[in-house]
Amino acid sequence: MIEFLVNHTPVEIDDVAPNTSALDWLRTKSGLTGSKEGCASGDCGACTVIVGASTGDGVRYQSMNACLLMLGNLHGKHLITVDALSDMSATTVEQLHPVQRAMVECHGSQCGFCTPGFIMSMFGLYLNYREYPGRATVIEQLGGNLCRCTGYRPILEACQHMYEFPRVADPFTEAADQFFQRPLNPEPCLTHNGQQFFLPQSLPDLLALKDQYPQAKLLAGGTDLALEFTQQLRDYDTLISVIEVAELQHIRDDETGLTLGAAATYADLVPTLCARYPEAKEMFHRLGSAQIRNAGTLGGSLGNASPIGDPAPLLMALDAQLILANAHGERSVPVGEFFLAYRKTVLADNEVIVAVRIPPRPPSLTLACYKISKRMEDDISAVLLAIAFEQVDGVMRNVKTGFGGMAATPAAAQDLETFLDGKPFTEAVMEQAGDVLVHAFNPMTDVRASRDYRLTTCRNLLQRFWLEQSEQTITRVSHAAL
Amino acid sequence: MRHFETKLNPNQHNVVGTSIKHDSAVAQVTGRAHYVDDTPVPADCLYAYPVMSTITCGRIQKIDTRVALNCPGVVKILSADDIPGKKDIGPIFPGDVLLAEQDISYHGQPILLMVATSYEVARKAARLVQVEYLKADPLLDIQQAIASKDWVRPPQTFVRGDIDQGFASAPHRLQGELSIGGQEHFYLEGQVALTAPTDDGGIFVKSSTQHPTEVQHLVAEVLGKPFNAVTVEMRRMGGGFGGKETQAAPWAVLAALATYHTGKACKVRLARADDFRLTGKRHPFFNTYDVAFDDNGIVKAVDMVLNGYCGYSPDLSDSIVDRAMFHADNSYFYENVRITGNRCRANTVSHTAYRGFGGPQGMIMAEAMMDDIARYLGKDPLDVRMANLYQPGRDVTPYHQPVEQFIVDDMMHRLMDQAHYHQRRKALRAFNTKSPVVKRGIALTPVKFGISFTAQHLNQAGALVHVYTDGSIHLNHGGTEMGQGLNIKVAQVVAQVFGVDVSQIGISATRTDKVPNTSPTAASSGSDLNGMAALDAATKIKQRLIDFLVTQHSVDAGDIHFINGKVTVGKQHFSFKEVANAAYMNRISLSANGYYSTPKIHFDAEKGAGRPFFYFSHGVALTEVELDTLTGENSITRVDILHDVGHSLNPAIDIGQIEGGFIQGMGWLTTEDLQWNAAGELTSFGPATYKIPAIGDTPAEFNVQLFDSENPEFTVFRSKAVGEPPFMLANSVWCALRDALASVTDYRFAPQLNTPATPERLLNAVTQAQQWLRQHHEEVNHAE
Repeated sequence: MIEFLVNHTPVEIDDVAPNTSALDWLRTKSGLTGSKEGCASGDCGACTVIVGASTGDGVRYQSMNACLLMLGNLHGKHLITVDALSDMSATTVEQLHPVQRAMVECHGSQCGFCTPGFIMSMFGLYLNYREYPGRATVIEQLGGNLCRCTGYRPILEACQHMYEFPRVADPFTEAADQFFQRPLNPEPCLTHNGQQFFLPQSLPDLLALKDQYPQAKLLAGGTDLALEFTQQLRDYDTLISVIEVAELQHIRDDETGLTLGAAATYADLVPTLCARYPEAKEMFHRLGSAQIRNAGTLGGSLGNASPIGDPAPLLMALDAQLILANAHGERSVPVGEFFLAYRKTVLADNEVIVAVRIPPRPPSLTLACYKISKRMEDDISAVLLAIAFEQVDGVMRNVKTGFGGMAATPAAAQDLETFLDGKPFTEAVMEQAGDVLVHAFNPMTDVRASRDYRLTTCRNLLQRFWLEQSEQTITRVSHAAL
Repeated sequence: MRHFETKLNPNQHNVVGTSIKHDSAVAQVTGRAHYVDDTPVPADCLYAYPVMSTITCGRIQKIDTRVALNCPGVVKILSADDIPGKKDIGPIFPGDVLLAEQDISYHGQPILLMVATSYEVARKAARLVQVEYLKADPLLDIQQAIASKDWVRPPQTFVRGDIDQGFASAPHRLQGELSIGGQEHFYLEGQVALTAPTDDGGIFVKSSTQHPTEVQHLVAEVLGKPFNAVTVEMRRMGGGFGGKETQAAPWAVLAALATYHTGKACKVRLARADDFRLTGKRHPFFNTYDVAFDDNGIVKAVDMVLNGYCGYSPDLSDSIVDRAMFHADNSYFYENVRITGNRCRANTVSHTAYRGFGGPQGMIMAEAMMDDIARYLGKDPLDVRMANLYQPGRDVTPYHQPVEQFIVDDMMHRLMDQAHYHQRRKALRAFNTKSPVVKRGIALTPVKFGISFTAQHLNQAGALVHVYTDGSIHLNHGGTEMGQGLNIKVAQVVAQVFGVDVSQIGISATRTDKVPNTSPTAASSGSDLNGMAALDAATKIKQRLIDFLVTQHSVDAGDIHFINGKVTVGKQHFSFKEVANAAYMNRISLSANGYYSTPKIHFDAEKGAGRPFFYFSHGVALTEVELDTLTGENSITRVDILHDVGHSLNPAIDIGQIEGGFIQGMGWLTTEDLQWNAAGELTSFGPATYKIPAIGDTPAEFNVQLFDSENPEFTVFRSKAVGEPPFMLANSVWCALRDALASVTDYRFAPQLNTPATPERLLNAVTQAQQWLRQHHEEVNHAE
C-alpha cells in the first residue's frame, strides 16, 4: 500500500498497475481532470503538477510532468493539481489564486489546454520565489510548458503580474502539515494482477530486492522509462523504484572530489556540480525542462545508456567513476567503460548504480561543454561535446573528451585526446584537431541531424572552444537559454 | 442583403472595441473548462482505436485478428465491411476511405477499428492484429510527381498581362526555387470524439472539430441515417489551427460506427504519436520563380510555379493551392504575370488546412524574390519591397481583383520610423564587420491577406439569440471556439446591440441542432460571419422591443435608447430586464435567428479572374536575428509589428492572435522540421523530435501594435479578420536570417535557404556563402 496526499485529501492505494502514471490516475480514477494529456511523453507540460516532499525541516515543492510520474513514486508525497488551487466556489477573477488571476488579466489563455500546466509551473515559481525572480528564471522554470496559441508573451507578463497582488498563504499548508507528521507505511508497494511495484527505503533493501528480482526494471524519476509505458505500451512484472533510498541521494563536495548519489535529481545536484564546473551550467539548463530536471536522475540517465543522454559526455571529460553495487559488494567503473553498446552497459542484472565520483578539479583545468540542438530549450542534443585538459608547462595534458550523438553510446574521442596530449593550445593545433576529430566518429543521420552536420559542428565547436579561451570574440547568440 | 448600423456611438460605454477577457478564461485557469476527454462517460463506455498500416503503399493480403480478439476486454473489431452507408468520407472530392479495404496509400492508414472496454486495451490490441501486405513502391518525391504530372486535382493558372513581352523588355532576369517544409498543427488537445446512442435511433456526438456540420453529415452518411438523426456538439477545442477542419471527422465517424454496432457510448482519442502519423499537415511546397525587373528592382514580369505536396487524396488541396496562388503576389504589383499551381500526389497522409491555408507557402515566394532582386542589384531589400508595393494605377492582382485599400506603404513607413530601421541597419552592419562568428540580420516585410472563403458558398453563417425575462441573454452561433476568442467577440457584438454588459450574455456550445448548415470556422472568417449573423438576430429582437415600446409608450423610435444596461424611453428609464419582461407579458417573441452572407464576392475559376476576397487584411513586421555561423544556432532578438484589424472588436484578443500567429509562423520557418524516411514513415512523430517554439524563443523584445484604421468594407463594426494574416508576418524571420547569411558575402549574395531554417540548414547556407565568397575573391584576384 502507498499513501500520499492529493491536494487536501490523503489517499491510500493498493491495487493499481505499477506502470500507472499519476496523470492517468488523476484523470480516470480520481475525477480530477484539470491536468491535461497533451503528449504523454513529458514534452508539453500540459499535465504539470506540483509534488511536495519532506526535506526533514520542511517541504520542498517542485513541478513535474504527471504523465511521467509513476503513481508508486508518490508514496509519502503531496501531489497538488490545478483543480484545487482556488475554491470551487470561486467564479470571479478576484477570487482566484494570484497565479490564476494574473494569467486571466494578462490574457494568457486562449484555447486553454496548456493553461493548467502553465498555472502549475507558475504556482511552483510562486511557492519557491517570494518575489519576481526575473525573466531568465521564469524561462528556466517554464521551458517545459508548450503553448501553441499565445506566443508566450502574455504568459511571461503574467509571471511578473502575479507578484503584484498581495501574497496569499499556501492554501495547502494545513493538510500538508497533518500529512507529513503522520507515520507512513514503512514498506510501501503496489500489486496488481501479479505485477509488483517496490519502493525500498534503504540500500540493503534495494540490493536484496534486486537480488531476488534480477529481471525487475529499476525506476528513478521515470523521465525516460515512462515513455516505454506510454508510447510502447510496455508492461514489466516488477518495478523497483530507487527514489526513496537515502544512500543514493548523497551529494558531497570534499577533498576527495564530488560524490553524486545516483538517485539525486538534476535539480538536486546541479547547484553543487556547477559551483565546481560553471562551464556545464548551460548544458544543464538545456537538458530537458524544469519538470524533467526535478524528476530525472544521474543514475537514470546513465543506466538507460541512451546515446544522447547529456550528462555522460561531461562525466567522461571529468574522468568520473561510477560506483556499482549488488548484495555482495561494490565496484568502481570509469564512466567511459560503462557503456557497451546501444542501450547496453556493464551493469549486471542484480546490480545498481550507487553514485558518481568526480575527482577534485585540477587548478589548471580548462573545460568546455557544448550542447547543440534544433531548439535551444528542452530538446535532445544533435551533438554534445565536452572537452577538458590541464595546462602543464605550456602544453595540454590529461586531455579528456566526451561526445553525445556521435556514436551508439556516449563516447570519448581517444584519437583526439592522444593528438592533443603534449601539444600547445594554439589555433593551428585546434584546427588540426578538427581534422582528427572528424575521422574519429562515424555518426548516423537521423531525425535530429545529418551525419555531415554532426561532424562539421563538432569540428566548429573546437574552433568555438579556441575562440572562447583565447579571444574577445562573441561566440554565442543572445538567447534566454544561453 | 440587410444592412445593419454598426457605427459606434461615442457617447456611450461601448462593449465592442474593449479588451474583455476570454469568456472561458476563469474556467481554463482553474482546470474546470471541459474538453471532450474530460466529459464524464457512462460506466459501460467503450473505447475504440484504429489498427494502423505498417506499410506505406501496397495491398492488404491477409488479416489475422485472432490474437487480438483473445485479449481480455476486446469487444469487437470493425472493418470497412461493417460500414452500413458511405465508405468514403472525402470532404469535397472522394478519396478518403474511412477504413482501408484493400489498398494502402500511406503509412499508418487505418485498416480496422479495435473496440474494447478500456483505452489501454484498445490501443494494445490494435497492435496485435497481424496484417500481411503486398508492398508497392511509394511515391514520396515531389520532383517525381511533378515530372510525371501525378496530380490529385488538375492544375490552375492565373495570367495577367503579357509575360513574354515583360521578359523581353526588362534589363534583368533571375530564377530561383524554394523547398518549403510542412507543419504539424500541434494543437495541444489531440483528435478526440465521444459518441452515444440516443433513444430514438440517433447518434449524439461530442467532437473536437472546427466543422460540426461536416461531422454531422459524415456520421449520418456513413451510418445511412438522415442528417436530423445526428447531433454534433462542440463546446471548445484545445486548439485547431485548421487541423480539425476536415480531419477531426474520421475519429468521430469511427466512434459513431462503434456506437452503431454496440449500442454503447464510445470514445476515440488518438495518442499524440498517432495523431502525428494519422492526420495531415500544412502542405510542403516546392516553388520556382522566373522574374524580370528594371534597374530599380521593379518587377516587370513573373512566371511562378507553385507545387503543393498534397498527400494521397484531394482533401482541401484544391482550395489550398488556390490560396497559395492568390498570395504569391503578397503586397506587390506584378506588371505581367503567370502563376501556375499544381497539386502533387504523394503517399503520405492527406495534407490539410493550416492557418493561412496555402497563403504562407505562396507569399514567401514573393519575399524570396524581393530579397534575391535586392542582392543582385546591391540594394537594401526594404527599398525593393517599397518600390514594388501596390499603389493607385498599379493595383490589379494576378487574379484581376483590384486592390482598393493602399495602407501598406503607410504602415511600412510608420514601422520603419518607430522601430528605427535605418539606424539599426547601420549599427548591425558595423557589428557584423567586427563579429566573425555571430552575425546579425534584419528584415521588414509586409502581409496582405485576402479575406473570404474562396469557395463562395461557405461565406454564410447563422446565429440564434434568446432574451429571457430576467434580462439575461443566450447566444449561440455556427462558429466554433478553439481559443481564438470568437465567442467573446460575438458576445460583445450582441451586448453592444442591447446596450448591456457582456456578462449578461451566456454563450453555449456549438450544436448542429441549434444553428444548422454551418460552415467550418476557418479562413479567419469566424467573427466576420458569425458576428454579423448574431448582429442580425440581436437587431431583430431589439427592433421588436423598440416597436413594442413605441406602441406602449407612444414615443418615437428615435427616442428609445439601449445604453449601459438601461433602456431610455423618452423621459422614462427602465432596466433591460423590465423591458424584456414587459415584452414577454405582451406576447412579443424574444428569440430570433440571424443570418449573414458575404456580399460582392465572385470568382471564375476557369478564367482565373474575379473578386474572391471581400477585403484584405494587412500587417508589417520588422525582425532582427542573430546567427551563430559555427553551429547554425540562432535567435530572434527583436520583433516589431504593426497590424491592421480594422476597428478592433477586442484589442486584447486581436493582439493575442497576432503574437501567437507570428510565433507559430516563426516555428514553421525555423525549428519545426517534419521528416519522413525513405520508406514513407514519419520520423518526427512527437514533440520530442518535432520542436515548436518554447517560451525561451519568445523574442526578448516583442512589440505589437494595432494600426488605427477601419475596414472600408461593411463588416461587423468595421472590424477585420485576424486569425491567419499575422502568421505570415513571420516571413520577416526567414528574411532576417537570410540577411544575416548575406552579411557573410558583404550583402552581395543570399544563399539558398530552404525551410524550415534549422541550425543544420543555416550552417549549410553559411558554407554556401563562404564558398561564394571564395569563388568571387578568386575572380576578383584573377581579374587584377
